[in-house]
Amino acid sequence: MTIKAAEGTAPLATRPRRRRVPPELSIFLVLVGIALIYEILGWIFIGQSFLVNSQRLTIMILQVSVIGIIAVGVTQVIITGGIDLSSGSVVGMTAMIATSFAQSSTWGRAVFPSLTDLPALVPIVVGLLIGAAAGLLNGTLIAYTKIPPFIATLGMFVSARGVAKWYTKGQPVSGITEQFHFIGTKAWPVVVFLVVALIFHIALRYTRYGKFTYAIGANPQAARVSGINIEAHLVKVYVIAGLLAGLAGIVTAARAETAQASMGVGYELDAIAATVIGGTSLTGGVGRITGTVIGTVILGVMTSGFTFLRIDAYYQEIVKGIIIIAAVVIDVYRQKKRTKH
Amino acid sequence: MAVSPSTMAAVRASGAVPNAEYLLSAEGVRKEFPGVVALDDVQFRLKRASVHALMGENGAGKSTLMKILAGIYTPDKGDIRLKGVEIRLKSPLDALENGIAMIHQELNLMPFMTVAENIWIRREPKNRFGFVDHGVMHRMTEELFARLNIAIDPDIEVRYLSVANRQMVEIAKAVSYNSDVLIMDEPTSALTEREVEHLFRIIRDLRAQGIGIVYITHKMNELFEIADEFSVFRDGRYIGTHASTEVTRDDIIRMMVGREITQMFPKEEVPIGEVVLSVKNLCLNRVFQNVSFEVRAGEILGVAGLVGSGRSNVAETLFGVTPASSGSIELFGKPVTISSPTEAIRHQMAFLTEDRKDTGCLLILNILENMQIAVLQDRYVKAGFVQQGAIEATCEDMAKRLRVKTPNLYERVENLSGGNQQKVLIGRWLLTHPKILILDEPTRGIDVGAKAEIHRLVTEMARNGVAIIMISSEMPEVLGMSDRIMVMHEGRVTGFLNRDEATQIKVMELAAQ
Repeated sequence: MTIKAAEGTAPLATRPRRRRVPPELSIFLVLVGIALIYEILGWIFIGQSFLVNSQRLTIMILQVSVIGIIAVGVTQVIITGGIDLSSGSVVGMTAMIATSFAQSSTWGRAVFPSLTDLPALVPIVVGLLIGAAAGLLNGTLIAYTKIPPFIATLGMFVSARGVAKWYTKGQPVSGITEQFHFIGTKAWPVVVFLVVALIFHIALRYTRYGKFTYAIGANPQAARVSGINIEAHLVKVYVIAGLLAGLAGIVTAARAETAQASMGVGYELDAIAATVIGGTSLTGGVGRITGTVIGTVILGVMTSGFTFLRIDAYYQEIVKGIIIIAAVVIDVYRQKKRTKH
Repeated sequence: MAVSPSTMAAVRASGAVPNAEYLLSAEGVRKEFPGVVALDDVQFRLKRASVHALMGENGAGKSTLMKILAGIYTPDKGDIRLKGVEIRLKSPLDALENGIAMIHQELNLMPFMTVAENIWIRREPKNRFGFVDHGVMHRMTEELFARLNIAIDPDIEVRYLSVANRQMVEIAKAVSYNSDVLIMDEPTSALTEREVEHLFRIIRDLRAQGIGIVYITHKMNELFEIADEFSVFRDGRYIGTHASTEVTRDDIIRMMVGREITQMFPKEEVPIGEVVLSVKNLCLNRVFQNVSFEVRAGEILGVAGLVGSGRSNVAETLFGVTPASSGSIELFGKPVTISSPTEAIRHQMAFLTEDRKDTGCLLILNILENMQIAVLQDRYVKAGFVQQGAIEATCEDMAKRLRVKTPNLYERVENLSGGNQQKVLIGRWLLTHPKILILDEPTRGIDVGAKAEIHRLVTEMARNGVAIIMISSEMPEVLGMSDRIMVMHEGRVTGFLNRDEATQIKVMELAAQ
């Protein structure tokens, strides 16, 4: 028999795609939408503008910049497919320990009476080292014992808080030097947040560190076969997350002019929320710092707006929960759409 | 007029089903996805008691058609008739209840449940208290297995079963629904020769019982062995249906690609140089023992053996994925230890793994990100920063050279066909300029056209003096491409064959012992 060979047909699937809109655009529009709703409600119920008030905006950004610093680290952890529950406790622990090296001699009850009036650099370095050490422990456990990140950082979540309380047997650490206090004044926390965000935005997008981080999150097996030392890289990522949590602890204490063992309670969840709202996928491989920054600002705007409208603080938490769920639902929906065929 | 599934079920129960010429037929089927016409005016007719193969390159539309028949997709146009009655399937469950069962390539069993529980899920026999009656369920499973000639313990948890046995369980499950139509998607891709024979026996039994089987395969010899008829698709269009006795292999290939494949195995005699890799008494506890061989520059060493013979494990050990428990490896005459893929890459080795999805592709990332990942270990990076422009230009060239079908490098790899994914992965390794290239099933599950291109690339690499180790389950590929063939059986090397003396029979004798 004969078979007629049909003429070659052009491949059907090569129609050029539209240039993709930046993934942050949708989340940015959500931010604008929320702000506009407050603006309108403001004029109706309070008789004033929500946005045109530089003082409110400054306070709002200040409130979330500590969460933002943490979220930059958490974003990187989540991109690798992990999670960090320990950052809030690490904030408490580093705040306590760092502040104990930042006390003024005029304060009668210093933790180390012989180590007062040190230059601010000492408590900062101590704080960063403590944070990095917590991250090193997290990362080493996760990379080499293969226990799930959820469990490893849950352990750190409990123990770091324990260290914070044990350090002074529950007493607050006060009487900080002017020099140390300075980091927490004016808009410096915001500057720290934005600088940190910029550094890691560049690191994730343009460096080998970034490329490997995404690759590990996308498929750890394939990343390993492609020659990436996954264990060493994960340790790096968790050390960075710990370091940034430590930095957040320093900023928090400097701003409050005191350190308490309960500092940073719940921050880990806010940071995870900001990250997820910003479009980072909990399954790993996807996420950007720009999204996280916008996610952080959304959290700030929400809180600020509730206060502005004089709505009970309890509602804030209820709504925050709903927003986090909504963000993840959207993420799941997006992935479903992607893998439809 | 379309009949609702419940009516259809009632009609089936009454036994008054019109005795139509075809068991299952589809006419004028069209299915569009955003930006792609997957099927256009396609037809398909399945006879009673026959095995009907669907053939076509990846992306030809056979998977889409099969998913429409199994109720996973709904067609945009066209009608589908089951025994002459028009039906509209809403879900896979709907299809199952109408007597159409599909056995997926990635098996859908629950690993922590027993075989019997998996088969009768949702239909468990209950005792008078409303609890599951495990005794009855066990007996029902045994009866079913006896009918199919399957020897599996109904009470064992599925996770302890081999891939082949899991497949048997899936088939038994499909049969337990009294299906008239069974759809099988490349059922032999993970089976050994013996298991394939068993599967074919079962398929023939089912056919004798009047069941119609839709069989999707890339393997030409299976087509001639098991299929009564076959239909060919290309670029979403229906090309034709023929009895498998009236055509030759070349006819089918011509229908599938719409062009002549000039040379399937463009083996070239290239000068073979010095010994690049020499392995002595390599062992991995309880997996393989005393594996020794050499590969020279420009040489293609084929590795044959059944699935489970340890072929892939040797490759993984050479590349440091699972470091050897004893033995020695020499590269260019110098002893080395390779304890991680990072080190292997440093020694200019490259490893295309067997499982594209599991250990190859970064599916959610784009082509560029997939291609550059290995070479970034030691090149295109300055002070930690990736030299974006340079690496992009290099990957662009590589994609062109490998003829990756894509509008640009920013397409996610999960949206590419299997053949194109494989090309991206080959590109990843070519960028590292390897001296030793290990290929594990380089053309598994990819279409004929892409296959030929990959063979051409392998030949080109050999010409450039790369030492190549190629593991393959496809006999024509091993025989066609290799300079020498190493055969393994149960973790041991059972022999070497030179190109001129190697035949399918000799290889099989060594592989099966």
